[in-house]
Amino acid sequence: MSILKNAILSAIGTEARFDGRNYPASVDFCTVPRGKFIDAARAMKKTNALLVAEWSADESPMGRGFGVFACYRWGAEYLIVRIGLPHDDPIFTSITGKFLPAYRFERQMRSLMGVVPVGHPDARPWIKFEDWPEDAWPLRKSFDASVPMPRVAGEYHFVRAEGEGVYEIPVGPVHAGIIEPGHFRFQAVGEDILNLEERLGYVHKGIEKRFEALSWQEGSRLAGRVSGDTTVAHSLAYCMALESMTGCNVPQRAQWLRALFLERERIANHLGDIGAICNDAAFAFMLYQMSRLKEIMLRTNHKFFGHRFMMDRTIPGGVSVDIDSNGKEHILSELKNLLKEFNRLVTIYDENSSLEDRVRDTGILIPEMAREICAVGIVARASGLNLDCRLQNPFPPYDRIGVNVPVLIYGDVNARVYVRIREVRESIRIIQEIIKTLPDGPVAADCGIPLPDASGFSAVEGWRGEIVYWLQSGPNGEINRCMVRDPSSVNWLGLEQAVLGNIVPDFPLCNKSFNQSYSGHDL
Amino acid sequence: MKILKQILRTGIVTEPLPSEVAAEIRDIGAKLQEAIRKHFSRSLTIRQVDAGSCNGCELEIHAINNPIYNCERFGIHFTASPRFADMLLVTGPVTRNMEIALRRTYDATPPPKIVVAIGDCGCNGGIFGETYASLGGIDKVIPTDVIIPGCPPTPIAILNGILRAIGSR
Repeated sequence: MSILKNAILSAIGTEARFDGRNYPASVDFCTVPRGKFIDAARAMKKTNALLVAEWSADESPMGRGFGVFACYRWGAEYLIVRIGLPHDDPIFTSITGKFLPAYRFERQMRSLMGVVPVGHPDARPWIKFEDWPEDAWPLRKSFDASVPMPRVAGEYHFVRAEGEGVYEIPVGPVHAGIIEPGHFRFQAVGEDILNLEERLGYVHKGIEKRFEALSWQEGSRLAGRVSGDTTVAHSLAYCMALESMTGCNVPQRAQWLRALFLERERIANHLGDIGAICNDAAFAFMLYQMSRLKEIMLRTNHKFFGHRFMMDRTIPGGVSVDIDSNGKEHILSELKNLLKEFNRLVTIYDENSSLEDRVRDTGILIPEMAREICAVGIVARASGLNLDCRLQNPFPPYDRIGVNVPVLIYGDVNARVYVRIREVRESIRIIQEIIKTLPDGPVAADCGIPLPDASGFSAVEGWRGEIVYWLQSGPNGEINRCMVRDPSSVNWLGLEQAVLGNIVPDFPLCNKSFNQSYSGHDL
Repeated sequence: MKILKQILRTGIVTEPLPSEVAAEIRDIGAKLQEAIRKHFSRSLTIRQVDAGSCNGCELEIHAINNPIYNCERFGIHFTASPRFADMLLVTGPVTRNMEIALRRTYDATPPPKIVVAIGDCGCNGGIFGETYASLGGIDKVIPTDVIIPGCPPTPIAILNGILRAIGSR
């Protein structure tokens, strides 16, 4: 029996019910009495579990009130705890005191679903702006998403710092470069950052609500546009959650190709990031070299898969495009050249002392804090956490090929660059193995439609880190709820911590080394 | 020293535009040269605004800056401030939460304020549609001169669209 399930059973006993149509079977799912939500969190904290996500669903189509869910992770295990809230009394006890990332999850739930976490230290809305009507809760079923919302008067109160020489710097939402919008509020003394407060939500497009208006098939297209730079991983996570509900057997060849797309997406984004980080340390040479290598990969994607970012190539049941021997050879020779050139550039990175001066000891996220905020992905691995779904929850072919996961402990900009460098090399190896062992057969199967009132979960290691989807079907087998948790939902908290004590001019460098998604966070 | 070697080894990788669009570029190119000489002193300055995009279009806008497309050779520069911009390159859909920021950016831009909407979402809201959170295409909020459809449009399509937008004035 699993560690997490054991911990729940010993803390709550038979009041925890492990039943219902929740998939995949490897993920434990239990419903506990409302008052025991905090006890479950306490038990999870004791086992050293991490909080993966916390969310809510309006279950009125199934004749229930709201469901509130918390998903925990320990090693390879995932466990979801659910409580039910009546519609006329939607309150529950906050778990923010136990798990830091719940701080934003719960603000978001309160803002968009209107369920109230009692004991939460911060009643300010999140993603919902001050000019939304107070009672606009878009994720409730009673909310009509097609009607434009009026603007009301309101004010958002930022955290203040006062004292001699303390000043504020507001930045954004429109930033200086070609990047996504968000607002940062710094308090600084001289050049030193005393505090950074992020204010996100500018690119809230109503994605989670939009899912509920789409068919299961269309859903994978929308998932591919949650965060454009991670289109493969998001589509894949959505499809895997759906396939777990329908019991679809994805053909082997499709799984291999999915892994191929995922690794190509990882390499392309890492190349872009390494170049952009160096550029923010005024080393433009690397940006142009890396963006050239990236462009070559994108063109290959376009040539063989019909899209530069492989959007919509992962579909429910498999993939929509196959590869021939010509494509395989092209990719192998492309990667051989890529590795040679990449290694040459890494040497230049290593030997440039003025660059080293900027990236070392800058923007440190200490391992204790990374654990506290339940960081995932590159950010976690640069701060000592050995977390990678490809290692802990592998789907074929990762279980056969294996993944060498780089883990560093310094947590500075350089560590985040170096995790990327090692992952590029590892992904090249993985792709070579994928192509060598690619099985024959079809590339898609019929996905089917889920049963009513069921749920499906998936976790996929995108290039930023673990992406989580949770799908719930309604009484007619339609999409009742689609919860999306991009790595950015937790890792943004890490940036606020990492910049403390650094100088303001190093902020772009720190920010770029995290490179979190705004769109994936704001939804 | 290694840096110099790598630079020399790489050489100039900037490519001529592919033949399928070369003719189109030649046509617009002549008008473009004329228009830029007349209105922009041979330099067009662009402010990019993400009004709600998924970041896919931003990747391709970055790509037109890479050494293979190298848009600087056409006299196209990206600026940090709308106050220096001749053109706004806007990706969508326009979210309700970005509407005010987009209007302010537009107001801060001096004439001629050429607005180019990028991507399917910039044209009409794309898959996000028009909802409580998404207002739809860019033209719902600010006057738009040219649209560049695609999800996302390729770098070539973006370059073509920019050239078309200049030609339209």
